[in-house]
Amino acid sequence: MTNWISPRDVFGKTIAEIGEINEKVFVVSADLAAATKTDIFAKKFKDRYINVGICEQNMVGVAAGLSRTGFIPVVSTFACFAPGRCYDQIRQSIAYSNLNVKVISTHPGLSVGSDGAIHQSLDDIALMRELPNFIVLTPSDEIETKKAIEKAIEHKGPVYVRVGRKECAAYFKEEWSYEIGKWVTLKEGVDITFIAHGCMVEVAYAAAVELQKQGMATRVINATSIKPVDKEIIIKAARETKKIITIEDHFINGGLFSAVCEVTASEFPCRVKGLGVMDQFGESGSPSELYKKYGLTVKDLIKETQQK
Amino acid sequence: MLKEKIKYLNQMAIQIRKDCIETQREVGSGHLGGSFSAMESMIYLYFHKMNIDIKSPKKEDRDYFILSKGHASLGYYCVLARVGFFPIEELSTYRKINSRLQGHTQIDSAPGIECSTGSLGQGLSFGIGIALGLKKKGLNGKVYVMIGDGELEEGQVWEALMLLGHLKLDNVIPIIDYNKLQLDDSVDNVCSLNNISERIRPFGFTVLDINGHNFEKIDDACESIKEGESTAIVMHTVKGKGVSFMENSVPWHSKKVNNEEYILAMEELRLQEVLIND
Repeated sequence: MTNWISPRDVFGKTIAEIGEINEKVFVVSADLAAATKTDIFAKKFKDRYINVGICEQNMVGVAAGLSRTGFIPVVSTFACFAPGRCYDQIRQSIAYSNLNVKVISTHPGLSVGSDGAIHQSLDDIALMRELPNFIVLTPSDEIETKKAIEKAIEHKGPVYVRVGRKECAAYFKEEWSYEIGKWVTLKEGVDITFIAHGCMVEVAYAAAVELQKQGMATRVINATSIKPVDKEIIIKAARETKKIITIEDHFINGGLFSAVCEVTASEFPCRVKGLGVMDQFGESGSPSELYKKYGLTVKDLIKETQQK
Repeated sequence: MLKEKIKYLNQMAIQIRKDCIETQREVGSGHLGGSFSAMESMIYLYFHKMNIDIKSPKKEDRDYFILSKGHASLGYYCVLARVGFFPIEELSTYRKINSRLQGHTQIDSAPGIECSTGSLGQGLSFGIGIALGLKKKGLNGKVYVMIGDGELEEGQVWEALMLLGHLKLDNVIPIIDYNKLQLDDSVDNVCSLNNISERIRPFGFTVLDINGHNFEKIDDACESIKEGESTAIVMHTVKGKGVSFMENSVPWHSKKVNNEEYILAMEELRLQEVLIND
């Protein structure tokens, strides 16, 4: 765990690399290329890049139309704008139409920090996982982000990728074989299970290491996708450990916690607790201050394990 | 355009208006007003102008028609059926369970349907995407996007117009069905568009104002489109065109024909047919 690379840098680099080998990839942006790092692609492939201006609704439609002619468009903006600003366009022109468009959004959740509540998308997963035909990927570290983007392009159909902003410790190696919908157990344990995605994976992992010292064998699962969910791994955790705790940089409603509970409630009822942002907006502050205030730290997670 | 061709298109317009009324009567719902105002434009494109092949609906070098005002699906499906994309009999499944003909269009649900619509304002953006793809592939296809006048109240249309004018794309043509009415009231009373052409022109367009029910005028306009510049066509139309009591009437946006109205409408259309054939 030595690499500290921002996932959006990985996204920018990866999509430019894919552009070299796949001439169908076409990036559509709405004036945020420098922030989402698609500027690398834009400079290399001028004829497969378009900045439509600050018009997210139009951006989605243009991308959908491009896919009709066989291109693989990548819609790139902040998660607060896609799906936030153009949900209806994604719903009709991409999801209902089942077109091969990739919505790859950066700057999710409280990780955005000082830009404040409006830029902090805490609802994007809830919105996207409800849309038929869509797959929702939630990568954490450098390798996972790279592989998630490669898989998203490879997959035929609409995909939403939530690319993190916060630098993340490395958990995966290049040789890891990424499979959509197959979650990964990062640490075995029989007493309790933590499930996390994105930048919360390292919080879950650090808490598990700490608890191990205290004699609590904690399992850590990285939820690499919120749709599809890995039912098998959830049921196994429900069966083999006493309790599941989810942690996510997202509203508690509609995200990972909800997805896990839907599986346990119908397949193998067990105690599930969730740490996430409750029914309130975020605010300005550094990401670490925000995670502390909104209860998404190693300490909060350890404290939760002590609750009955 | 040859006189014989114009006669044929006019006959087709009457036939398809009859198909619309028959279909709406059969299924109990559907939007006649906006289907009738857009009728001649759609017939001109499908029966004369566009490069399409019903045997190969997805051939790469085709022209595209996008019905952005998706509620006019009734008229659109009747045109597609008469062109031959699917059987006329299938129209009786429109809006019913297990049908390929959804209340608002769904891309590829039946041959010839190029776009999903129903939430207004999205068709032109989609058309621009297709147009960019065609240019990039070196294909000569054109994209015609039918937009309602009330639909121009959707902000996304202006985002798309702004981009289209900026890019100076000459292979996507917005067609405004300016029938002056929307669901609740006249467009002027709801949110006036004033002079549509004068609003669109400064976005970088050549705008053609024409009678949207006259095939000769529609043909002149489409033939005058120049390479290297963006063109929009404002079709001045009558909502409910072709049936006197449906014309310029707000309720006929989506009103259902009763038995008496059905007989009156079909008699009127039959009379028009006799006059054309005379």
